[in-house]
Amino acid sequence: MNTSQSGYQEICTDPSYAGQVVLMTYPLIGNYGRLVADDQSTRPWLRGLVVAHATAAISEDAAQLAALLRSHSVPAIAGVETRSLARRLRETGAQRARISAPWESDPEAAIAATRLITPWEHQDFVAQVSPTRVQTFGDESQPLVVVVDFGLKSNIVRALRARGLRVRVHPHNTALSDLLHGEPVGVVLSPGPGDPARLTAPVALARDIITSGIPLLGICLGHQIVARAAGADTRRLAFGHHGANHPVRDLPTGRVYVTAQNHEVEVIGGTLPESSGFEVSQVNLNDGSVEGLRHRELPIETVQYHPEGSPGPLDATPVFDRFLRAIDERSR
Amino acid sequence: MSDKPASVLIIGSGPVVIGQAAEFDYAGTQACRALRAEGIRTILVNSNPATIMTDPSVADVVYLEPLTVEVIERIIAHEKPEGLLAGLGGQTALNMAVALEAAGVFERYPIRLLGTPLAAIKMAEDRELFRAMCDRIGQPTAPSAMVQGESDAEREGAAAIALQQIGLPAIIRPAFTLGGTGGGIVATEGEYWERVRSGLRASPIRQVMIERCLVGWQEIEYEVMRDAEDTCIAVCSMENVDPLGVHTGDSIVVAPVQTLPDPVHQRLRTASLDIIRALGVEGGCNVQLALSPDYSEYVVIEVNPRVSRSSALASKATGYPIARVAAQIAIGRRLREIPNAVTRTTVAAFEPALDYIVVKLPRFPFDKFPGADRLLGSQMKATGEVMAIDRTFGAALNKALRSMEQSGSGPTAEEAGWDSELATIAANGDAASLRHFLRPSDSRLWRLFAAMRRGVTADQIHQATGITRWFLAEFAHLIAIELRVREAGQTLIGPDPASVSLLATAKRSAIGDRDLSLMSGVPEMRIAQRRSQLGLTPGYAMVDTCAAEFAAATPYFYSTYAAAGSPPEAPSVPRQAAMVIGSGPVRIGQGIEFDYCAVRAAERLTERGWSAVMVNSNPETVSTDFDASTRLYFEPLDAESIMEIVRAESPEGETTLPAFVQFGGQTPLNLAAPLAAAGVPLLGASLEAIDETEDRVRFAALLDRLGILQPEGGLARSGEEAIDLVERIGYPVIVRPSYVIGGLAIDFAYSRPDLERQLDRIGEIGDRRPLRIDRFLEGIEIDIDAITDGETVVIPGLLEHVELAGVHSGDSIAVYPPQRLSREKQGELAAIFMRLVREIGVRGLVNAQFIVREEGTYLIEVNPRASRTVPFMSKVTGIPMVPLAVDVALGDTLAAHGYVSGIATEPSGVAVKAPAFSTAKLRGVDPTLGPFMQSTGEVIGLGASAAEALGKALIAANLLPPPPRDPQRVALLSVADRDKHLLERLARPLLDAGYALVATPGTRAALAAIGVPAEMTQPLGDPRAATGAGIVDLIRSGAVALVVNTPSMATGALRDALEIRLAAVEYGVLCLTAMETAVAAAEALSVRAAASMMSLHPISPRGLR
Repeated sequence: MNTSQSGYQEICTDPSYAGQVVLMTYPLIGNYGRLVADDQSTRPWLRGLVVAHATAAISEDAAQLAALLRSHSVPAIAGVETRSLARRLRETGAQRARISAPWESDPEAAIAATRLITPWEHQDFVAQVSPTRVQTFGDESQPLVVVVDFGLKSNIVRALRARGLRVRVHPHNTALSDLLHGEPVGVVLSPGPGDPARLTAPVALARDIITSGIPLLGICLGHQIVARAAGADTRRLAFGHHGANHPVRDLPTGRVYVTAQNHEVEVIGGTLPESSGFEVSQVNLNDGSVEGLRHRELPIETVQYHPEGSPGPLDATPVFDRFLRAIDERSR
Repeated sequence: MSDKPASVLIIGSGPVVIGQAAEFDYAGTQACRALRAEGIRTILVNSNPATIMTDPSVADVVYLEPLTVEVIERIIAHEKPEGLLAGLGGQTALNMAVALEAAGVFERYPIRLLGTPLAAIKMAEDRELFRAMCDRIGQPTAPSAMVQGESDAEREGAAAIALQQIGLPAIIRPAFTLGGTGGGIVATEGEYWERVRSGLRASPIRQVMIERCLVGWQEIEYEVMRDAEDTCIAVCSMENVDPLGVHTGDSIVVAPVQTLPDPVHQRLRTASLDIIRALGVEGGCNVQLALSPDYSEYVVIEVNPRVSRSSALASKATGYPIARVAAQIAIGRRLREIPNAVTRTTVAAFEPALDYIVVKLPRFPFDKFPGADRLLGSQMKATGEVMAIDRTFGAALNKALRSMEQSGSGPTAEEAGWDSELATIAANGDAASLRHFLRPSDSRLWRLFAAMRRGVTADQIHQATGITRWFLAEFAHLIAIELRVREAGQTLIGPDPASVSLLATAKRSAIGDRDLSLMSGVPEMRIAQRRSQLGLTPGYAMVDTCAAEFAAATPYFYSTYAAAGSPPEAPSVPRQAAMVIGSGPVRIGQGIEFDYCAVRAAERLTERGWSAVMVNSNPETVSTDFDASTRLYFEPLDAESIMEIVRAESPEGETTLPAFVQFGGQTPLNLAAPLAAAGVPLLGASLEAIDETEDRVRFAALLDRLGILQPEGGLARSGEEAIDLVERIGYPVIVRPSYVIGGLAIDFAYSRPDLERQLDRIGEIGDRRPLRIDRFLEGIEIDIDAITDGETVVIPGLLEHVELAGVHSGDSIAVYPPQRLSREKQGELAAIFMRLVREIGVRGLVNAQFIVREEGTYLIEVNPRASRTVPFMSKVTGIPMVPLAVDVALGDTLAAHGYVSGIATEPSGVAVKAPAFSTAKLRGVDPTLGPFMQSTGEVIGLGASAAEALGKALIAANLLPPPPRDPQRVALLSVADRDKHLLERLARPLLDAGYALVATPGTRAALAAIGVPAEMTQPLGDPRAATGAGIVDLIRSGAVALVVNTPSMATGALRDALEIRLAAVEYGVLCLTAMETAVAAAEALSVRAAASMMSLHPISPRGLR
């Protein structure tokens, strides 16, 4: 479930939603159509979309959200009392779901079919959404940062490029040597879908990157991977944080940022070993959960939320500025 | 929080006027409560006695005093507050803070301004400073330039530079021309030069403003907050359905924004936060932006560094209490420390997530001002607004329409003439005429519906109006449903699945049963029965600030058919319980005084351990604060909505929820009959008593039985009957068409031609539309309020009108206790009133108006409900009228509370109520006082003497002319013969105060006869009067400080006198039309001169002492 009031298109094309049926709590979806430039990846990744009212005011079919979903065979359903469903999910936590076809009329069969769905925790989504080849954006003269793509959103690339960086995006199973080829000045571990507890190889990769001392930024799943590499545990939240209104407090400055969030899993602050050199730097004001880590000596910061917005507020873009500063300081 | 002040002075916003209504009562009341909860001593000053904030239960010390620098300085000197809170009293309070600083008050006293600093206020208010700030932080503003100069060549040069800077299209605005004459939008260079030159010629000061033309851009607003730690949040985004050009207070507004892609929305949100950071706002702030239709560009239009009408709307739209949090920020708290009052588990540093859509519609006063210019522009004209919540735009819009409580405000309403106009447009396919037909006006929404009903496409309407396509698609969807319902006709309640499905579809769009009846022809009752049969009733959803993400405890609900059949979100309220029906949108004749009554009633119920269920549709009010009752339903105040709430709150095994209909003015009283018919118990009122007073025939019989005089009159069923009747009872008479509510179309006739003119104007008269004609009696008019349990009749006091009868009681100045009426006469009147009250059998509040004449006392009307003067009388006398009325309704006797029948003991001082007018904001409105109520608000003046109280009231109401400065300003007098005996009392004090007098010939002759010198103008009726060098020109020159023009029926003078009054309004010159008011104002000038000598009278729970 997502409580954003706008940004349905970005949500649909966010790879982090792979494997999920998304319930939009805002009841009017489709109002402004779809602007291709706002897609966060090459296709919709979610498994289904549930809305109260699908509205449309634009006559061209291609500019509709529905057309995007249809062209990738993503089922969607409208006319649902989404608030009642959201209240139910608040009680039960996220559940397996199935959108049945109009011609299926047997509820028992539908429930039985839903029971057969492999639970989210047991699925490996990163491999499904991550690219198989390396791709580079920007020109040779610019400093190079590398991104490990576990389910990257295009606005992260945009945010890095807007800061004068060349961006090279690697598949999730990249080797350290490939990643660090060409002397990148920084590494970004991207957001992505699924449970980090399954991602032993990326966690090992993260451990090596930490050891290398290169400036590192972890976002969302990337944050969880770094935390696990540092020895912390993660666990699934009851129904995750999915919305554009989560207040996060930066502990060193006291300042509060309103952030975009989309995660099922949290880092358990108490399990972060003192010896790891990491400390909790940001917390969620609503439930006190860990929202960011910083390393005491190394130029490493991770955030649980999405500083790139898309959808959501852009209050937290200083995260990218700090990353850039860390790069500048190290290369000086 | 180290610097938390121990005591704070809060400045209110004064009387309700267009642009400043109940929203500041809501803000101030929230602020007082928030500060008191922090243990801070709160001192409140406001001149508006109808407000809740000025109730002694809200603040520690309450001053009902004029909002002037002198008065506030004296309060500061006396109370020694450590902090001043000016961000919650609208522009009035903000201006006061600036004036206090300019007067050096902050230097003379150890008091500091809390919240947003003065520098930020000035930066936001001063266009140049604001533009410079925006430039500095890279925020775009709309370019504009002033074209002026010493010579034609200089001006042409400036115009050429302006053209280069601003580009085309541009708006040309000549300075100081009547209604912007000579201005307009130009698209080509040729048009530009032509319009600039004609504009310069038209402008008396040869000045023209050139602005970038943003017509057709979208108007987007953000309500943002910032604390001293620099944490910023955007509480709510709002989108105006009307494109830029219509004042946001007059626009249809939705929240949250509907048609912006996320990156565009985030860009504007970020811009808003950047601006409040740069300004250094500490508290709430409203940012208005304009967005180009292709999203590529935006400009910052305006910033209000305070809570506002929009922030009240945003608070009600989201459940986030902006004013309360702003007050907490002002005393140094941080957003991350303030608990979220809704969820109670999270904090105020978050942005509400909505899972519904909110629609706001403005409520216009044109039903009271038929002559006014109904086109909308940059000057706000609405007196109030309604809000509605549902899951789709169409449903929320329909609920808002049902909340308007205006005859002909349903979606199907059309005006005569539209049909043929649209037929012509359709026949010619004429885009220009369609654009003309759909110009921004109070009726545009209905015009748009009418056009769509006749097949005009959304695309054509988009071209004609610039309204975003998504809204038009939603409108078209509503019209499609309407056409299907029309087609269904009687089968709408048929048994087949298609009919059932259509009815369900229509209800999901929240189309009222009454409107469905109009569309289908099926009686409303049968539709309601059919729904009941089908179990087709709405569900109720919670406004929880978080889209159900967290469990919330807020008692704030709205109905939606989307949730029909879903399990209820909360059990019915605990018994004992009662419903209080509010008063809907603020309109002339029904303002915040009734919100005061509703809120106090709910408060009393909860004090007594009852659950209070509040229903109201007005987002500006205290009653729609979810803290004001046990449970709030934000719903239209129509019988259908109320009945559904009663149904939802009265599940099986529970008693039926009873309702109070006497606290919200006429609105709930009108619901009494249908509610009673449906079996809803009415508390504290009997339908019998209501009928007895509203049915004129029964009422007249009752008065005859009691031997109470009433002005002679009768019903006329034809023009001839009317003339016969009047010939019998004599002139002057009051003529009231029977089918009109609220004084509309009531008028006086002084002579036979006068009466014939009116009969023409009224048109159809017949058995079903009879005319009520009564003798119009001049005398001392008395307003009387009482609380009764059927035995004891407690009369807190009598209010004596300054104007002779004939001026609407809401527009007259009234004095308590009476100054002209002897004690004996007062006693006689009270005796008559008590006899009447006991006979009607009313319980609770009751109000009546009498005219006292030599030969006897006449009853004008009696209302078995709370009246406009209840808050005024409660505060002045200290008698808690509303709580007592609740107690009586719940079965207490007044004797048990220690009260006895009769007029209560008078306090030592005098209190005066004066009306406040918004006429200057409505072009083309004649400010003449009469039987139509015109005032939008009221003020109070308290004094040791009647003169002092009257003086203070007139100062507070802005009914005194500006001081006669150098060059000397004049008072222009033109009074009717019947008023000439009062000329001396008018003219002498004006002369003494330093004004020169100018008078029309007849008035000048009368002045000369009493030895008062005056310049003469040409007589009324002279062709020069309304043109060139006449009176209008004198007014236009700025030399006139006051116009006194009392209406005369000498026909020739009518038109010219109207021109003079209209010119006075146009140029902001005080224009008084009742001789008694003018005399009172002239006599009060000496009180103003001695302003520093005025005494202060804080209001205590025991009233004025």
